[in-house]
Amino acid sequence: MAVTAEQPKVDLREPPSWRRTKNRIATALMVLALVLVMIPLGFVLYTVISKGASTISWSFLTSSIPPQVALANQGGIGPAVLGTIEITGLATLMAVPLGVLGAIYLNEYGGKGVLARLIGFMADVMTGVPSIVMGLFIFSIWVLHFGFSGLAGAFALGCLMLPIVIRSTDEMLKLVPDPLREASYALGATKARVTLTVVLPAAIGGIVSGALLAVARAAGETAPLLFTILTVTAANPNVFSGADTALPSQIFVNASSPYVGAQARAWGAALTLIAIAFILMIAARTVTARFTRYSR
Amino acid sequence: MEEPVQNVVATTPLPKPAALQQPRPPGAPVSDTLRAPVFDTKNVSIYYGSFLAVTDVSLTIYENEITAFIGPSGCGKTTVLRTLNRMNDLVPSARVEGDVNYRGVSVYGPDVSATAVRRRIGMVFQKPNPFPKSIYDNIAYGPRINGERKRTKLDEIVERSLRQAALWDEVKDRLNKSGLTLSGGQAQRLCIARTLAVEPDVVLMDEPCSALDPIATAAIEDLMREIKSRYTIVIVTHNMQQATRISDRTAFYSVLRDEKSDTRTGVLVEYDRTENIFQNPRDSRTQAYVTGRMG
Repeated sequence: MAVTAEQPKVDLREPPSWRRTKNRIATALMVLALVLVMIPLGFVLYTVISKGASTISWSFLTSSIPPQVALANQGGIGPAVLGTIEITGLATLMAVPLGVLGAIYLNEYGGKGVLARLIGFMADVMTGVPSIVMGLFIFSIWVLHFGFSGLAGAFALGCLMLPIVIRSTDEMLKLVPDPLREASYALGATKARVTLTVVLPAAIGGIVSGALLAVARAAGETAPLLFTILTVTAANPNVFSGADTALPSQIFVNASSPYVGAQARAWGAALTLIAIAFILMIAARTVTARFTRYSR
Repeated sequence: MEEPVQNVVATTPLPKPAALQQPRPPGAPVSDTLRAPVFDTKNVSIYYGSFLAVTDVSLTIYENEITAFIGPSGCGKTTVLRTLNRMNDLVPSARVEGDVNYRGVSVYGPDVSATAVRRRIGMVFQKPNPFPKSIYDNIAYGPRINGERKRTKLDEIVERSLRQAALWDEVKDRLNKSGLTLSGGQAQRLCIARTLAVEPDVVLMDEPCSALDPIATAAIEDLMREIKSRYTIVIVTHNMQQATRISDRTAFYSVLRDEKSDTRTGVLVEYDRTENIFQNPRDSRTQAYVTGRMG
């Protein structure tokens, strides 16, 4: 009964067409773009590692900075490592809480009000301020009165980080779906509760990533430090007063020196800086993985 | 001033009139004289900016009943529902005129806190919206914001709420898994359990089954019948069979269209016992809608 006439074969293959060609061209372009992006990145990494790896050792990371004439295997960059950690850490402590709070205001409280729009606009403008201008700004309002210090450097870096933290946090908070907020309100939560217990936890992964990008960017900034910490070779454990040093400005000084030993130490310092940023990224990913374990 | 009141809500269910504490035996007639009015609205109009979304809503919702709001899309059922617990406050341009009284108190009165209103009047939304937290923390969220910290008490609330929502057996072994791992029907029951965990007086449901299959829908309807002896339920539904299956009273809303300005305004057409609305409607628009000739 069920015997039917043989069905005609259905051709489900993609017909050769312009669409197929477009697909191939687009794929090729994307692969090319990826390769083009990877080339400078790979080249930078390769150069820094090949020139800096031989210098790196525990004593290089911890010993004091020798005179520039010292040979490549002498001395180290200890004060600069300490300075970078202190100054960037201090800048992070200033910029991240302030930036996250600012973004919470923009997104949860300010609405479309005049103040919120003004702050948002100012943050955008601040993103475009060249870092050397930020350094000059801190120089004129702080250094001229209180002298060079790691603190002044942290102010300059903090000013650079602030708009990045505000903008990235703002974007992350915008992504939190309103139904989540409504669910919390419907249980009788106040606005502060909703923000603290629903909105922030839902966005924490992105907020930490954004803050980290800001930290990594600030840790590598040289220009704002030139006017604020002076860049000396002597160790200065007190970040709040006295001229200080940091990796980027130490790299700048050493790399522009005519002595081969100093140049080698600059490569080593560059590799150290990259490694610090890398370690920070991994640490932050591990921490956020714990926070976001319920969001998938 | 606000805190002590909130704590009372968290720890003790609201007192109910003595006559109402005994659930009505199944099949017993619903008597209006016995039931206390929970909501009493008079001439309520709701605006979004200058746009009049719903007008002239006057109805009384009674305790321990299920009241259904039906009507075509855009007739303002959801808007009215969200007005009852001030969820529309979250829409910056929304404005309410007229009286919305909850147990004799104006919900929009001068010193009424929207937060205090919502602690007594919970809400379940159209799309399940569990928090990106563990199943346990989803349920414990409400009691926690009401100040409950004791782990043993929270454990008890979580189990009781999940049992009420008929979800306990399915999730009891994975309470620390994310609420987002649940299927649609389970997630909606989780959201209902989360609402019940704060022991509200009223549960508002905005098309709670529209994203669910018939089996999950049946589970939620059973659940509503189960819990109505202790809560007052108001449900918005597009499904007329659902309204006839579960509700005691039905409010039919419709749309008035202004030809000149091409604006649509929702109105409450008829509000009555469910059997009257479906078998013996007084308004021809209700008749047309429930028989499927319109909307």
